[in-house]
Amino acid sequence: MAEPLLRVEKLVRRFGGITATDNVSLDVASGELHAIIGPNGAGKTTLISQLTGHLEPHSGSVSLGGRDITYLPAYRRCALGLARSFQITSLLLDFTAADNVALAAQAHAGTSFRFFANARKERGLRDAAHAALDRVGLLHRADVVVSKLSHGERRELELAVALASKPKLLLLDEPMAGLGVTESQRMVKLLQELRKEVSIVLVEHDMPAVFALADRISVLVYGRVIASGEPAAIRANEEVKRAYLGEQHVVRHV
Amino acid sequence: MKGLGASKAVTALMLAGLVLLPLYSQLSGNIFILTLFTRIVILALAAASLNLIMGYGGMMSFGHAAYLGIGGYAVGILAQEGVGSGFIQFPVALAASAAYALVIGALSLRTRGVYFIMITLAFAQMAYYVASGLARYGGDDGLTVYKRSDFSGLINLSNRTQFYYLCLVCLLGVIFVIWRIANSRFGLVVQGLRSNEQRMQAIGFPAKRYQLACFVISGTMCGLAGALLANNTDFVSPAVMYWTRSGDLMVMVILGGMGTLFGPVMGAVVYLLLEEFLSQITEYWALIMGPLLLLIVLFGRGGIMGLLGRVGRG
Repeated sequence: MAEPLLRVEKLVRRFGGITATDNVSLDVASGELHAIIGPNGAGKTTLISQLTGHLEPHSGSVSLGGRDITYLPAYRRCALGLARSFQITSLLLDFTAADNVALAAQAHAGTSFRFFANARKERGLRDAAHAALDRVGLLHRADVVVSKLSHGERRELELAVALASKPKLLLLDEPMAGLGVTESQRMVKLLQELRKEVSIVLVEHDMPAVFALADRISVLVYGRVIASGEPAAIRANEEVKRAYLGEQHVVRHV
Repeated sequence: MKGLGASKAVTALMLAGLVLLPLYSQLSGNIFILTLFTRIVILALAAASLNLIMGYGGMMSFGHAAYLGIGGYAVGILAQEGVGSGFIQFPVALAASAAYALVIGALSLRTRGVYFIMITLAFAQMAYYVASGLARYGGDDGLTVYKRSDFSGLINLSNRTQFYYLCLVCLLGVIFVIWRIANSRFGLVVQGLRSNEQRMQAIGFPAKRYQLACFVISGTMCGLAGALLANNTDFVSPAVMYWTRSGDLMVMVILGGMGTLFGPVMGAVVYLLLEEFLSQITEYWALIMGPLLLLIVLFGRGGIMGLLGRVGRG
């Protein structure tokens, strides 16, 4: 088997007495859409934060394309082809949609220690921005300031920003969070398109979306991966069923 | 668009006034006004440089007056030691300011928010006490600059009009550079970091090196203001670095409009004219000045520039 694009090995992260990431190992193959699901508080965001470099693990390792990135800062990982979207939308609110995306393109197109030429007139950057916006269906909103965009549009813009850095691996932290039914359907459609071009790790609560999209699913419960496999296998897995159906029951007694 | 018109019109009017001022001074025989405005233009330059990190970069430096002192002392000390050439004094003033900014910035930018404000303040106060301790160069009493910087006949700094125009050209030059920077790749990154640092890191920008570069550029510009100020007053003392002076600069920037190109100039003109005018009326001028500033900041979010924008829009 070829080297996986992303390999996570025995990752551990504790917060005080709580082990939020408990010996997590998983592989994401090139071209795969790998979904991570789990009940609230299962440690999904903690795991993602360690993949993106916003949080350091206590032990274990993360490697991207065979290169150890466990302790690299976020901006270096991005340069290696790892892009993310945030669970809670995180954009430059006082910039236009096009500026947000163009900055992501700029980060990967030569030095930004240029002090004199007008960056908004750089054709290459603007074209890249418009292409990424077009990709997510936001081209008509390119020159609108982000604070005036709707929640759904901001979620799409998050994706466009991530795409503009031409990543090898896209980490999407609940891209459907807070979206209405039609918006969710649009997002699923969009992800179905994107997955042809880029490997994706998808953390998501929306189960129909996950089962429609994923090649493989890992189920996280209390920081541990309790099952990992193809959607059909996960759907049939007794332990997974128990974790989900018994969730409230368990929470009440702990 | 009408709103933009109002602030543009006022800015144009102000600039025209600044350019024509020596003419008025000559015709009316009012020499004092030229002296006053030379000081205003120099401090406007300092405020504009502060605006680069504060308005565009979101870095609330409370120690910007330190550069006024460093630029000033570079001129004063060199003059005292017999180096009178401006071609040496000014580059040294700029280089010293840049070096100071590099060190202070590298240390201060490890912190954020209130801590950044406090640490920049602390370093400026340190510079103040160091200057007070320079016994050879006047210590507490300051240092008299007996001869203004000599530019070997190119320009005569002792001529009031020529000196005024030199200051004005420096101010406009600095504003031009800030304008270019603000729209450049570098400027967009710095402004992006002000807006959302986490996001900028995630798309691949290491925050600190951009902020530090911005900090150094701003400090160097303010060092220029310091060198001019020492020539204007023929004197430099630790008092130019005192924290209240840093506060004055911040007030000018906020008053005029943070993150706007000409806001700091507007702020400096209004602040210093008010100070001059009110202090002629009453000894307790600060009692009037304080509430006045409060009102402008409370009701004119975005300073005078913001106010003009809204007035124009109706």
